[in-house]
Amino acid sequence: MTWRIPANRHGEPRWAHGSAPISPELAGKNPYRYTSDGAYADADPDFQLWLRRVVDHGWGAPSWPVEYGGGGLSARQGAIINEEMINAGAFHPNRTYGEMMLGPTLLEFADEVQKRRFIPPIARGEVRWCQGFSEPGAGSDLASLQTKCIDDGDHWIVNGQKIWTSGANHADWCFCLVRTDTTRKQGGISFLLIDMKSAGVEARPITLISGTTHFCEVFFSDVRVPKENMIGGVNQGWSVAKRLLQFERGSLASGRAEEAPLGPIARKHVGVDSQGRIADADLRMRVIQNDMRLRAYEQSLRRTRAEVKAGTGPGVPVSALKNLGAGLSQERAELMIEILGQRGLGWEGDAFTPEELEATRNWLHSKAYSIYGGSYEVQNNITAKRVLGLPSA
Amino acid sequence: MAVLTEEQNLLRDAAEAWAQERSPLGALRKIRANGDGLGFDAQAFAEMAEMGWAGIVVPEEFGGADFGFHSMGVVLEQLGRTLTASPLIVSSLAAATGLKRAGSAALKQAWLPKIAAGEAIVTLAIDEGVRHNPAATELRAKKSGAGFKLSGVKRPVLFGMAAHAAIIAARTSGEPGDEAGITLFLAPTDAAKLSRAPLIEIEARGAAAYDFGGVTLGPEAVLGAVDEGGPLLERMLDCACAGLAAQMLGSASAAFEITLAYLKTRKQFGQLIGAFQALQHRASVLLGELELTRSAVESALDALDADAPETHELASLAKALAGDTFRRVAGEMIQMHGGIGMTDEHDAGLFLKRARIDDMSFGGAGYHRERYGRLAGY
Repeated sequence: MTWRIPANRHGEPRWAHGSAPISPELAGKNPYRYTSDGAYADADPDFQLWLRRVVDHGWGAPSWPVEYGGGGLSARQGAIINEEMINAGAFHPNRTYGEMMLGPTLLEFADEVQKRRFIPPIARGEVRWCQGFSEPGAGSDLASLQTKCIDDGDHWIVNGQKIWTSGANHADWCFCLVRTDTTRKQGGISFLLIDMKSAGVEARPITLISGTTHFCEVFFSDVRVPKENMIGGVNQGWSVAKRLLQFERGSLASGRAEEAPLGPIARKHVGVDSQGRIADADLRMRVIQNDMRLRAYEQSLRRTRAEVKAGTGPGVPVSALKNLGAGLSQERAELMIEILGQRGLGWEGDAFTPEELEATRNWLHSKAYSIYGGSYEVQNNITAKRVLGLPSA
Repeated sequence: MAVLTEEQNLLRDAAEAWAQERSPLGALRKIRANGDGLGFDAQAFAEMAEMGWAGIVVPEEFGGADFGFHSMGVVLEQLGRTLTASPLIVSSLAAATGLKRAGSAALKQAWLPKIAAGEAIVTLAIDEGVRHNPAATELRAKKSGAGFKLSGVKRPVLFGMAAHAAIIAARTSGEPGDEAGITLFLAPTDAAKLSRAPLIEIEARGAAAYDFGGVTLGPEAVLGAVDEGGPLLERMLDCACAGLAAQMLGSASAAFEITLAYLKTRKQFGQLIGAFQALQHRASVLLGELELTRSAVESALDALDADAPETHELASLAKALAGDTFRRVAGEMIQMHGGIGMTDEHDAGLFLKRARIDDMSFGGAGYHRERYGRLAGY
């Protein structure tokens, strides 16, 4: 292949805006749709090509060590690659649960054999991972999870149920929290990697209020998992999980695609007054307010990337960023429905445009933003205790 | 915190140390007790000028450092932490920028070196009505021989009793409400027929009312071109807004930190009140607002330094967010302190009053949301 990514002498990419070697069909698209939905990604040859290009260049996981399939670059250089891709209107095609959450966790907690087995396929974007953490009785209070894991010689036997497992119906593997000791809460949890093709694993999609089936329930019935698939040792899983959740919060708060301004669509649907302003004065001010705060949020993402890159600070705490971003997106989805009026109430059929139908589904789906990845309330707890140092009750 | 240069880091450390030692919160109480209507401590301002802060955006040839708006913001943020009152924003930032961009050689030579040295204060005489709205300028400047005759009232003029000169927005054509037809003049405050009266307000900003009862100015007093002062005025106000927003960010951050410290020491129901989730979550939300505001402030200062096309929008974004955030934090400061926060002895009231004063100066959050919306095509 003669194609290559232009780079400066430090091995950092240099693209002018809009000139990333990404297919025009992909430019500006929401990377989340591809990286969280295996079926969606497989169906799009443009996405597959972009993924191969980036992986062949060694940038599937740019800042992981070369011996585990990474690019061997510094964290700073990895941040630059991400930033340049976003600046150029592209996105990193391997920002999956494996690359964002599991890989960095394995680098810290897995033994050498496990690292060599599990990390390189993640760097190449070959394996789809899902996250088996939440259970019907363990949501925000994650450590109360009950999925049973019993010692059976050279195997573990797993029984229980997970829920809200994103993409489990398309996943190859699951990183899972299981209970190996029922006498201690956090101290009885272990971190286990389970092949989704194992006998006794069943993933059932959950239909949400938006009609989508991104989340699944996963049932484990006498699933046999080899002993060597446990990470960090028996009953040591809570430390591993806490680290992974930090990576998750970081990924949720970074690299979001910019949203299109609401102004043009509001003028079209709501109409304008004699001075050319959106005719509904109250709606107009709320749209402006959301636009302004969203801009400050995007400035905050850039500032955070710049500070991390320069090593001068951690930037905005991710628990605060996550709540700000989720709240603004939810408010925007609400405003969009209000702007669309009667045309924002369609469910399906030709009487509504695809854009209108998507806006409706997006509004319904947006209610998940402040629940998944640690709810609004959990993020505020984290900010209060870990960032502000407020005392525990 | 932005990624600062080494010089900016030194500047910030110097401003932080000076403000904590030479201009702590108590200094503001003394200014209030003075009753001289100046609204700031002249000795303290002289020290600021000695540190070079009055000349940060003034070109080197006029005795300044030409160090940029972000550097000015770094200093203002630290001064804001102790609610330090000074004419830096009106004189050394906004007026200096107006002179630098449009002043005649004579005006520059007459005023810029003195501004940079802290020897002269040049203020802005813009506002007239109950709220900030430059386009509504009514004060007339009528052709009179080779010069102009001014009649009308300006209020509030910040640090107006101490100012040695003022940049005045006057209408030379059109009607109040027209954006065009405004001319900027620079006039010394000892001009004949200019009468000044102090406005006693809730907090120190040295406000005064200026009555121009037929003040005559020569053509050399015009800053820029006749009838075309609008864009220059907008640039000066962008500077004032971004600089004030930086100062407000410092004030709001300090108010937040004082409150946080109280949550970690005050006990009720046998425990620290900071352990209550209701208060923890409110504190967490405030942190998010402060972070958003910091991003907006730093972006506005950078846009000014780059003279970027989106400077107007970003200055309004910073001022609106700083107004909302500072008022909110100051209100929570009182509520979370309870009764003690209502007392004059406690500092919470100083923050509450300053938040309202700062928000009203150069346009409140509502004004800047409207301006942003107009600029963004809403």
